Amino acid sequence: MEIFGIGVLSWLTFLPIVGMLAVLMIPKGNEAIVKWTALGITGLQLILAVVVYLNFDPSLSGINNVDSMQFVEKAKWIDVSANSWVGRIQIEYFLGIDGLSFPMVILTALICFIAVIASWNIPKALKGYMAMLLLLDTGMMGVFVALDFFLFYVFWEVMLLPMYFLIGIWGGPRREYAAIKFFLYTLFGSVLMLLAMIALYFSVTVPDAVTGERIHTFNMLAMMDPANYDPNSLLAGMGTTFRSLAYLGLFIGFAIKVPIFPFHTWLPDAHVEAPTAISVILAGVLLKMGTYGLLRVSFPMFPDIATAWVVPLGILAFINIVYGALCAMAQKDFKKLIAYSSVSHMGIVLLGMAAMNTQGMMGAVFQMFNHGTITAMLFLIVGVVYDRAHTRDLDAFGGLAITMPKYTGIMTVAFFAALGLPGLSGFISEAFSFLGAFQVDELRVITIASTLGIVLTAAYMLWTLQRVFLGKPNEKWAGMPDINGRELSALVPLAIIVLVLGIYPSLLLNYMSTSLNHLIDIVRTGGQGMAMLP
Amino acid sequence: MVEQVLQNLSQFVPETVLLVTFCAVILTDVILKGRPMAALGVGLAGTVAAGILAAGQFGAPQAVFHGMISVDPFAAFFKVLVAVSTVLVFLISLYSSEVRSAVKRMGEYSALIVSATLGMFLMAGASNLLMIVLALELTSLSSYILAGYTKEAPDSSEASLKYILYGAMSSGVMLYGISLVYGLTGATELTGVRIALAAGAGVNYPLLLVASIMIVVGFGYKISAVPFHFWTPDVYEGAPITITAFLSVGSKAAGFAMMIRFFVTTSYGDLGSMLGVLQGFEWPKLVAIISVLSMTLGNLVAIWQDNLKRMLAYSSIAHAGYMLMGVVVFTQNGLSAVLIYLVVYMFMNLGAFYVVMLVAGATGSEDINAYRGLSQRAPLLSVALVIFLISLTGLPPTAGFVGKLYIFSALLDAKWMWLAVIGAINSVISLYYYVRVVRNMYLRDTEVSAPPVVLTRPQTVLLFVMLIPTLLLGLYFAPLVDLAHASVALFGVR
Repeated sequence: MEIFGIGVLSWLTFLPIVGMLAVLMIPKGNEAIVKWTALGITGLQLILAVVVYLNFDPSLSGINNVDSMQFVEKAKWIDVSANSWVGRIQIEYFLGIDGLSFPMVILTALICFIAVIASWNIPKALKGYMAMLLLLDTGMMGVFVALDFFLFYVFWEVMLLPMYFLIGIWGGPRREYAAIKFFLYTLFGSVLMLLAMIALYFSVTVPDAVTGERIHTFNMLAMMDPANYDPNSLLAGMGTTFRSLAYLGLFIGFAIKVPIFPFHTWLPDAHVEAPTAISVILAGVLLKMGTYGLLRVSFPMFPDIATAWVVPLGILAFINIVYGALCAMAQKDFKKLIAYSSVSHMGIVLLGMAAMNTQGMMGAVFQMFNHGTITAMLFLIVGVVYDRAHTRDLDAFGGLAITMPKYTGIMTVAFFAALGLPGLSGFISEAFSFLGAFQVDELRVITIASTLGIVLTAAYMLWTLQRVFLGKPNEKWAGMPDINGRELSALVPLAIIVLVLGIYPSLLLNYMSTSLNHLIDIVRTGGQGMAMLP
Repeated sequence: MVEQVLQNLSQFVPETVLLVTFCAVILTDVILKGRPMAALGVGLAGTVAAGILAAGQFGAPQAVFHGMISVDPFAAFFKVLVAVSTVLVFLISLYSSEVRSAVKRMGEYSALIVSATLGMFLMAGASNLLMIVLALELTSLSSYILAGYTKEAPDSSEASLKYILYGAMSSGVMLYGISLVYGLTGATELTGVRIALAAGAGVNYPLLLVASIMIVVGFGYKISAVPFHFWTPDVYEGAPITITAFLSVGSKAAGFAMMIRFFVTTSYGDLGSMLGVLQGFEWPKLVAIISVLSMTLGNLVAIWQDNLKRMLAYSSIAHAGYMLMGVVVFTQNGLSAVLIYLVVYMFMNLGAFYVVMLVAGATGSEDINAYRGLSQRAPLLSVALVIFLISLTGLPPTAGFVGKLYIFSALLDAKWMWLAVIGAINSVISLYYYVRVVRNMYLRDTEVSAPPVVLTRPQTVLLFVMLIPTLLLGLYFAPLVDLAHASVALFGVR
């Protein structure tokens, strides 16, 4: 599908860069134009995402099969002929989506649009802020549509610098610390990922379409087929030490993003210090890149190691769920509480993934989407109250339901969705994840123990609700205005999505099932007999 | 005989041009006393010509002057690299307040840069132990004086003196090693050394090992690898920024050229090669250890530096460590990765030094605190410096990433896992101090209303001359890689 001769995925990915350049060219002092340009660009991106939604064929599986990838764009980017010793090096501009990346593309477009609305009152250097936000948008979208590992990695890294600036310049009091911590953690993860990527590159060859000569490639799809691994290469065979090491490198890289215990400590700092809209993006999209990477890269490329390490993954999921929930319960800072609840909720994604069966996997990816929308709402809600009161101390409030009834209403939807109330989207994905994991013998005990997290989540969510919204109104906030139209316009669409997907999840589940079942097949069978050509 | 010399001379044109330029610069300075910049112009023109002529030498390898000098694509690659960096340094010098503060000695300055460049050209081609020493000394002697160019500044003189002491010491050690090699093998040409070792009779191997390590000391000094780096921070801090930039790029590149040629020519091939005979001694491991020490020490110490020049000095030690990883591998991939890295390093490092110089010119300080709120006062310079620093860290989509990518690729291809992991972690460490500068520029005191740093149009153009390759080579690097592969192909290593 093309618009003006350029593929729709390229539009989705690079439209924000165009927007960034446009924003930078607007002369100083025209803040309104800057805002509306950014909103227009992200809005256009959202419309394109809807167009993709309408044209997406849910019956195609994708994952390791280029023919059933959708909206594919492929062009040679770098082709070094070099000489006979080194072999050819080929890097492609290769984009495409399937049922795994599709929900993430929609989510990214949606969250970025919401984030621009939430950034409406940025107090300083608005132009730079919007430019960075749009650059971040490109990086995130690129990660989800790239099918060439090199390209994937470039997009992955492109996000770091804008995020550093967004937290560091527009953040809270401890912004410098939070920003550099985020930067260092993520870079540490990505250099390990880089090494694993290079190892994969040197192990995989595909025949050149024209000459038939075997060439190395960064093509992710080719990396999923064991037949493409050179017999004497580093990662050849199954279950070797080198493969375990490479998997570990990738895993740490992705785990830091998710974040999986014990790599999670950057998250509360980053969330607390980041401005509201950036917290929304962090929780809504950035964390998903970690789990997406595990599903897109680690699982299908290392099915042997992934299946062997199911139990450790399950244990990490358990720690994330319960430890995250316990930490959340102990917080006095509203935003930090939400940050830790993210750790807990991402644990559910991990548990579903560890199950490696249909329910678990569907639950995991659906939970990725739902967590994106629900947590985005939660951070927006914190932002609303922080903008008015300039404090996030949970004990400083009380009885807000009386002063801010509309706000309390929308908040209730988000809180109940987060604790998994049936009828809202969070319930379905959590139920699926637990259901899937329970069926696996090795994970049964872990799953049962993890359900403790659900109870804890309900506890801290309801307790927070009680402390902030119920009880005797605090005199200090008596004159606090209720939620305004702009804030509602960011929250209501998300609330509708949460509600609709809670009642009729097939709207999204149907789009994922073919791909995810195929992914499970690949992992289960170790990728054997899945012939594909690059 | 005469014919042979003439034929050889025709292969020696770039060096001859530099020699003529050297004389011309001095003459211009004497004749046009009132216009000191004319000398710089002559030096610049001569270097450009030499670079273009050197670019024409990507042909079949030849040995000229009885095997003293090799003319081959490898040498040509380095000559062009050195010429480009010299040209950039000349251009940067135009806007250096330090250099202009002693404008009377401009002729001297330009002549010495040209003679150092000539030394580096010779280093790139030297294939005889005597020639290696001569080329090294020519470069070093010129650099000693250049480091003390602003003799009014006390730390500049200190830098020069330290440089001489360390330089003399390491040259001495190296020379002694070379004399031992000559004693053991009876040859001074590198190929002769190899043949003698291949014959094998009566070579005292422990002594040969000692001799080789002594020679490595000389190379290590030139590329400022740990533990031969002690001169680097003081010299880099004391010397004028232009000279610091010159030393950190040109001198380092030439040092690598010499080292790679020495190792490859004396070792590759027969069983009796230098690497072969020293079987009990794991040569690559020694280089690997030097590399790890350089990276780690350079990066860790750089964290504590508040003077940008000093920080970049330690960072250049770390970068020498990264490049040494390519030498460790010693394959086609490894060596070409070093070449790629050097090109990339030239643009990003010269760029960083250029920005530091412009900021120092405007604020009078190289301290990291001078960078507070710079983003408000000099938006373009700040963005440029961010890009250079990000590239030095090795993040895509900048050229620095490509350099690192190829180094790591070579390491993994040769199964040097642990070294690759250490290298990767080091680039994370380096992020911390590079970002300290970014933090000061963008995150601190952005409200302070110090006067803005204004760039003239030529200054901006020069900035882009270094900025564009830093970005472009990050997005499209195929030609560079091809060139690097072609340049090391003649060595025939696998």
